[in-house]
Amino acid sequence: MFELLGIPPQALFGQLLLGLINGAFYALLSLGLAVIFGMLNVINFTHGAQYMMGAFTAYMLLQYLGIGYWGALILAPIIVGIFGIILERLLLSRLYHIDHLYGLLLTFGLALIIEGIFRQQYGSSGLPYTNPIPGGTNLGFMFLPWYRAWVVVLSLVVCLATWFMIEKTKLGSYLRAATENPTLVRAFGINVPRMMTLTYGFGVALAALAGVLAAPIYSVNPVMGANLIIVVFAVVVIGGMGSIMGSIITGFGLGIIEGLTKVFYPEASSTVIFIIMAIVLMIRPAGLFGTPR
Amino acid sequence: MKSYDMPIFAALIAVLLFAPLALYPVFLMKVLCFALFAVAFNLLIGYVGLLSFGHAMFFGFAAYISAYTVKSWGWSPEFGILGGTAVAMLMGVVAGSIAIRRQGIYFAMVTLALAQMVFFFCLQAPFTGGEDGIQAVPRRPMFGFLDISNDLVLYYVVLVIFAAGFLIIHRTIHSPFGQVLKAIRENEQRAVSLGYKIDHYKLMAFVISATLSGLAGATKAIVFQLASLTDVTWQMSGEVVLMTLVGGMGTVFGPIAGAAVIITMQNYLAGFGEWVLVIQGVIFVVTVLLFRRGIVGEITAYLRARSAAKAAAAAGAAQTA
Amino acid sequence: MKLKPFLLAASASVLATAAHAEFTGGVIKIGVLNDQSGVYADLSGQGSVWAAKKAVEDYCKENQCPAKIEVIFADHQNKPDIGSNIARQWYDVDGVDVIVDVPTSSVALAVNNITKEKNKVHLNSTGGTSDLTGKACTPNTIHWTYDTWALANGTGTALVKTGGDTWFFLTADYAFGHALERDTAAAVEKNGGKVLGKVRHPFPGQDFSSFLLQAQSSGAKVIGLANAGGDTINSVKQAAEFGIVQGGQNLAALLMFITDVHALGLQTAQGLVFTEAWYWDMNDQTRAFAEEFAAANNGAKPSMTQAGVYSAVIHYLKAVHELGSDADGAKVVEKMKSMPTEDRVFGKGHIRADGRKIHDMYLFEVKKPEESKGPWDYYKLRAVIPADQAFRPIEEGECPLVKKG
Repeated sequence: MFELLGIPPQALFGQLLLGLINGAFYALLSLGLAVIFGMLNVINFTHGAQYMMGAFTAYMLLQYLGIGYWGALILAPIIVGIFGIILERLLLSRLYHIDHLYGLLLTFGLALIIEGIFRQQYGSSGLPYTNPIPGGTNLGFMFLPWYRAWVVVLSLVVCLATWFMIEKTKLGSYLRAATENPTLVRAFGINVPRMMTLTYGFGVALAALAGVLAAPIYSVNPVMGANLIIVVFAVVVIGGMGSIMGSIITGFGLGIIEGLTKVFYPEASSTVIFIIMAIVLMIRPAGLFGTPR
Repeated sequence: MKSYDMPIFAALIAVLLFAPLALYPVFLMKVLCFALFAVAFNLLIGYVGLLSFGHAMFFGFAAYISAYTVKSWGWSPEFGILGGTAVAMLMGVVAGSIAIRRQGIYFAMVTLALAQMVFFFCLQAPFTGGEDGIQAVPRRPMFGFLDISNDLVLYYVVLVIFAAGFLIIHRTIHSPFGQVLKAIRENEQRAVSLGYKIDHYKLMAFVISATLSGLAGATKAIVFQLASLTDVTWQMSGEVVLMTLVGGMGTVFGPIAGAAVIITMQNYLAGFGEWVLVIQGVIFVVTVLLFRRGIVGEITAYLRARSAAKAAAAAGAAQTA
Repeated sequence: MKLKPFLLAASASVLATAAHAEFTGGVIKIGVLNDQSGVYADLSGQGSVWAAKKAVEDYCKENQCPAKIEVIFADHQNKPDIGSNIARQWYDVDGVDVIVDVPTSSVALAVNNITKEKNKVHLNSTGGTSDLTGKACTPNTIHWTYDTWALANGTGTALVKTGGDTWFFLTADYAFGHALERDTAAAVEKNGGKVLGKVRHPFPGQDFSSFLLQAQSSGAKVIGLANAGGDTINSVKQAAEFGIVQGGQNLAALLMFITDVHALGLQTAQGLVFTEAWYWDMNDQTRAFAEEFAAANNGAKPSMTQAGVYSAVIHYLKAVHELGSDADGAKVVEKMKSMPTEDRVFGKGHIRADGRKIHDMYLFEVKKPEESKGPWDYYKLRAVIPADQAFRPIEEGECPLVKKG
């Protein structure tokens, strides 16, 4: 059947694999959004800007401190995460008592500010960042760069670890309980505001990690997150914000679907996710893994 | 409480009638187009409590339709504008029936995603001219006799369109229909239990809002003689949110004030380049944190507080006397 | 050396006496309308403003200024409505006589129309669309530095002639990408090359690996990137990752600027070929100009479009000086077309009836890191495309100004 469409199955495997790799970015980003949303009920519009900051922090660490990719992989998420924590403490936490839409508007404004400052500082052409693991291996059906393999492995590990932490550990159960009933959890002597702060920091750090991962293969420029984030929003809507696993599976799954579209009908590959979103909403308004609220 | 809406509106129109004496008419027309856009947007956020983050799709796409029909099919401008508005209405029906299935933040994200789809369509469709946009849209005589190639004549046409759009929205808000909308905003469950088919009401409001956004966009295409991708980007959706927020969500005149402030700022800060973006972001953040009622909302609240204080003082004086 | 800051400051508005000349408002007012903050800011931005001011300064040093000359600038944010608003206001209210630079096709075309309506002058350097001298040409516009046809044709022709005779296109799926692909394919086929295939990718794109693999398996000698900006940068970066250039295929960018190479770094960009109108390291005069530019712009070297602004302003000043008036835009442009162009940066050239400025174009290859002496030493010359073949033949442009016959 595939040959009928002019694509040998071998090449198809290659494209599936590439789709999976792109899905890794969607999964990491939508996971971060889901974690923040689950705890704070805020859609973090700054997520794209924080992804961009991750990539830029990696660049700056290299440029000004001589710290290479591997150091940046650890340091950049921490730095950007701390930045996120400051934002949450200073600004976002003031809005928890009112309509959550204001949280969205605030983070939208913050995204504009961050993007504008980076543009002012670094221009828009982008910055160079060298691939730390060049080369690759020939799988027979395609050439797989080592770096892509690394991206997919690392993000799978991080996603599953996050899922494990939230769904299977004691800390995670506090988190989930605090989402359901903050007053009760507070009564148990748990510092809920601090937990919210740390959760936001963690979600932001995930975005920054995705940014560092992207730096060697995507253009590092101030608007790199702005367009990506809207696709990720659609991914999140499709998955439904109910479950952590949902966002991971949807992220990887949509990456693959998008990859296939690039082969069979490349013109539609930017719209396919939005079309899927519209269909999913008509059939299951709460999203694939969401529970109707 | 007595409504001062109509006297204030009359005063506003009176000022606008003479505004071209002092200000550049093209600039004023831009303000009016965006004011109408923001007023239409405000119907949803201010009176139904739905935050649409995708209103650029109606604004921008209607601009394309009106530019295309006037330029390539030789329609006269009034039909071009009507055509754009009608298409925006149809889009409102489709997008609305998908989006109103979700509320709150989800609604915002769904509209955003739908608008992004429209953006990609406009980018790829041959008739929009891609990055070039549709250029040099002729300003043919309107209704066959109004010479709108004269900026001043066109200004008064735009003023009429703006006033008509404003009155439609105002009428909608103050009709029984508008009261139901407010009931939905305040408490959706209660409205349902009162027997209202809230989805119908929401969809209706969505379509009205989309249609008038389309009217604004279609008019803008005639004013600037072009339609381009800028007007369908999600940044444009964000800008109309900003205008409404700054002016005051849910206030009658807020969106107009907001549009005037933001457009003026963009115009006079054009030399500052990237800082315009940063300043807009700062305005967003400051408004959300400190002035959630917006310019008009804060003024109204201040006036109310003052008259209440006066009344209280009068009552107190009466007591002691 | 110490005089320099003083001269720069003075160049913004240079005073001179001109007793007999008639200039609107007593001033020649040059408006630099470009992108100060977005994707084209490095390519045009403040660098172009500097170039315009420098041109005024140099002109007035050599010849007496015909009148007081002012240079102002604004940011159109790549939005046509903002751009056209500024242009109208400049012409109607602020007394601007000529608008220069103007990147982004949609804004360039909008300014093109308004300029004609108001009978002023538009000298476009950074805008790419070849419609400016084609269907949309006006008696008031001159397209100075390059256009997409010249880039596509130059790269297509020169590469086929040097052995790259089979092509595969990666095309951004919108009008601009399609035009680049069409013009390049035409040049390739005209010179005996073959187009093996193409894939249209969404714009803006993020991940191009899937398309690059399709290009790789086509076995074409040249992969033509019919896209721009961030898309081109992403494609080049990922092509390096997948070892496409090492695998023996050539990457040809159809719209690329030195600022993009700077952004990519030589490690990634090496081996890339593309066409430009100008490079700073061509002769002593261009090097001198580049040095002055770098001193005022944080060490950056000028792009071809910034150099184009300089060249265009010089020629404009010559024309209005000779006319003794800047009032009638069409007349000024006619004068400019009737005189050969010459300046220290662009050398000699002329302007065609359709408003196309004619000069040589160059096919450059990006150096390997070990060949480069340092930042901004990026290109080696691969071929010169002579002026008479560099631009679209005038009769193919469908410009209404050109009489068929």
